[in-house]
Amino acid sequence: MRPLILASILGAVAIGLGPQTPRALAPERAAAHANYVEEVAGTRIKFDMIAIPGGTFTIGSPDGEAGRAADEGPQRQVTIRPFWMERTEVTWDEFDAFAFAAAIAGAGGVAPAATPSAADAITRPTPPYADESFGYGKGRQPAISMQHHAAMEYCRWLSAKTGRAYRLPTEAEWEYAARAGSTTAYSFGNDAAKLGDYAWYAANSGEHPHVVGGKAANAWGLHDMHGNVAEWCLDQYDASAYSRLAAGVIGPVVLPDDRRYPQVARGGSWDDDAARLRSAARRQSTPDWNRRDPQSPQSIWWFTDATSVGFRVVRAVEEQENLKGIQSKITKDSR
Amino acid sequence: MNDKTRREFLKTATTAALATAVTPGVELFPAVHAAGTDAIRVGLIGCGGRGSGAAADVLSSAPGVTLVAMGDLFPDRLKASQDRLRQNFGDKVAVTADRSFTGFDAYQKVLASDVNYVILATPPGFRPTHLKAAVAAGKNIFTEKPVAVDGPGIRSVLATYEDAKAKGLGIVAGTQRRHQTGYLETMKRIHDGAIGSIVAARCYWNQGFLWKKDREPQWTDMEWQIRNWLYFTWLSGDHIVEQHVHNIDVVNWAMRAHPVRAVGMGGRQVRTGDAYGHIFDHFAIDYEYENGTRLMSMCRQIEGCEKNVSEALVGTQGQCRTEDKARYEIAGAKAWKFPVADDNKPYVQEHTDFIASLRAGKPLNELKTVAESTLTAIMGRMSAYTGKAVTWEQALNSQESLVPADVGFGPIATPPVAVPGQTPLV
Repeated sequence: MRPLILASILGAVAIGLGPQTPRALAPERAAAHANYVEEVAGTRIKFDMIAIPGGTFTIGSPDGEAGRAADEGPQRQVTIRPFWMERTEVTWDEFDAFAFAAAIAGAGGVAPAATPSAADAITRPTPPYADESFGYGKGRQPAISMQHHAAMEYCRWLSAKTGRAYRLPTEAEWEYAARAGSTTAYSFGNDAAKLGDYAWYAANSGEHPHVVGGKAANAWGLHDMHGNVAEWCLDQYDASAYSRLAAGVIGPVVLPDDRRYPQVARGGSWDDDAARLRSAARRQSTPDWNRRDPQSPQSIWWFTDATSVGFRVVRAVEEQENLKGIQSKITKDSR
Repeated sequence: MNDKTRREFLKTATTAALATAVTPGVELFPAVHAAGTDAIRVGLIGCGGRGSGAAADVLSSAPGVTLVAMGDLFPDRLKASQDRLRQNFGDKVAVTADRSFTGFDAYQKVLASDVNYVILATPPGFRPTHLKAAVAAGKNIFTEKPVAVDGPGIRSVLATYEDAKAKGLGIVAGTQRRHQTGYLETMKRIHDGAIGSIVAARCYWNQGFLWKKDREPQWTDMEWQIRNWLYFTWLSGDHIVEQHVHNIDVVNWAMRAHPVRAVGMGGRQVRTGDAYGHIFDHFAIDYEYENGTRLMSMCRQIEGCEKNVSEALVGTQGQCRTEDKARYEIAGAKAWKFPVADDNKPYVQEHTDFIASLRAGKPLNELKTVAESTLTAIMGRMSAYTGKAVTWEQALNSQESLVPADVGFGPIATPPVAVPGQTPLV
């Protein structure tokens, strides 16, 4: 087991790993904070959740970092509470159980269950026209092309199914986990020449996404944080978000509102060059991602032109107040 | 029609007399605009998701376009569409209450208004009637695909095509791949011989389920069927016609021909609930072109299965793969790939191209082409429904009229599910 995970289990003993060493915020809960396998009852879904210790890190990139954009600063110290993060990106196997299983069950005209469960009450995606995987395959491939609203609704469904509160990572949590204690451009250092060991990106992807977990994990055991698919974060995108972070801030987030755009996606993708895979690189969703949806109102579930976006889920050890019961505010009337 | 005269007319938009002088009885761009403009006044017939989307597309496609009339069978659909378009396009939506029409005759009222560009986007079963009426009224037409659901409908549409041509009216169809950069660049190369002669082709629209509207107690059978039009062959043509026509059209485009014979199979195996009407959920058709080239076509709407929406061509000197929005590739001696990021917005482009053609006095008329692709799909459906081989002539001359003669609110039974080997070829 890796030292940092061990530390979290043992009550987060500080280990000397430099300025990014995590400091546990909730030692009394730490004994229960270990990796686990989530199994979703009534489905064949199983996925690994990695315990991420709480700690303080520097969000953003330094001025001199190659490929840096202005929205990656100013750098700020941010404290993150302990949480679990999915080891890989959400696969189609996982997402399909949410998106399509109910429709499959109902296709023969069978009446719905007399006592619907909480999960049954959650809205499912309207079926996409055409192939939502755009020919890239399903199964263990990362789910792609879903909108932020759909990713949030997946989390709500998953929470109802499991009784454990899953959600999208905040942007700060995501970067903290991607860095895994590093302060360099990538979690393994600054040398983009090594990126191919850790990531699927434009230089090695063959222009398509790949089965999740196929590349080396970062120091905390997370795969594909760089590349494969860019990953939705919970936050509404705000270019100047970091400049407003107060000293000593814990668990910062720009709560998503009822606007369809822009939200944050992180980590770069199979379709990006190295610089966009940097731990600090930020991306915002735009209407262009759905520029060829011929319907009005346009879908709030699927994109027509974003085959490089996906997501993974997190679960807080102790959820912060402003994220309890978080739910997408987007409706088909959202603009 | 003489291009120069027509162009002059479009530029000046002076009087109906000039139009009459050119084409008796047809007023292409009525003289309601200020002199010197060539304003496009759009009427939307069918305010569902696609019709509303098409209205948004045309308003985004060129300057000088306003939406001035709207019609839908249902008041709720009309209002929702109008509210949303107004919110998104402001002054470009100039639809007053007296230009908002509902009911089965809404299309006639839109056509009777001073529009010069109509969007036909109701369920396809109504399309032949609407096309005929729109051409009779002298309107330029953007018509959604497919343009009919049966042989009689296609015969009507082909007659309408001739009428439109005689009147110099423009018609563009919602087979938007023909206005999509990736497809256009691919077809240019195919027609230039990049893969040699085409010896075989494949096309697919294999996807999951689509939407349905749960029946509300106050709905008559007719209202329920029309709100769930996908699932009734008289309204949609079945999904091979309604959806897969896109891929079939691409192969016809590549072949510059339509198949002459089809042998197909299909069934209704999974999506069997009453809510899904009586259409099939899968088809596989072996099409044969005049020159012997075969097209293998598959379409499926069953969730949880392998999905694939694409086309492929096999040539004597290479192969071609196209997949809407995702890839356009030629392999072989003249290997080539279109960068997907450079692809355009075809749903807007088709209106841009159409309006440019109208303003240039050289109106596009795609009706015959889309009618042929529609009939190709109908021919495949007829073969799958009956289990028989079906020729182009049999499909074209079919006496099977699926659309009720008098459509009105009230009882209408769900037709039986076709049974290959028993359902007669009519």
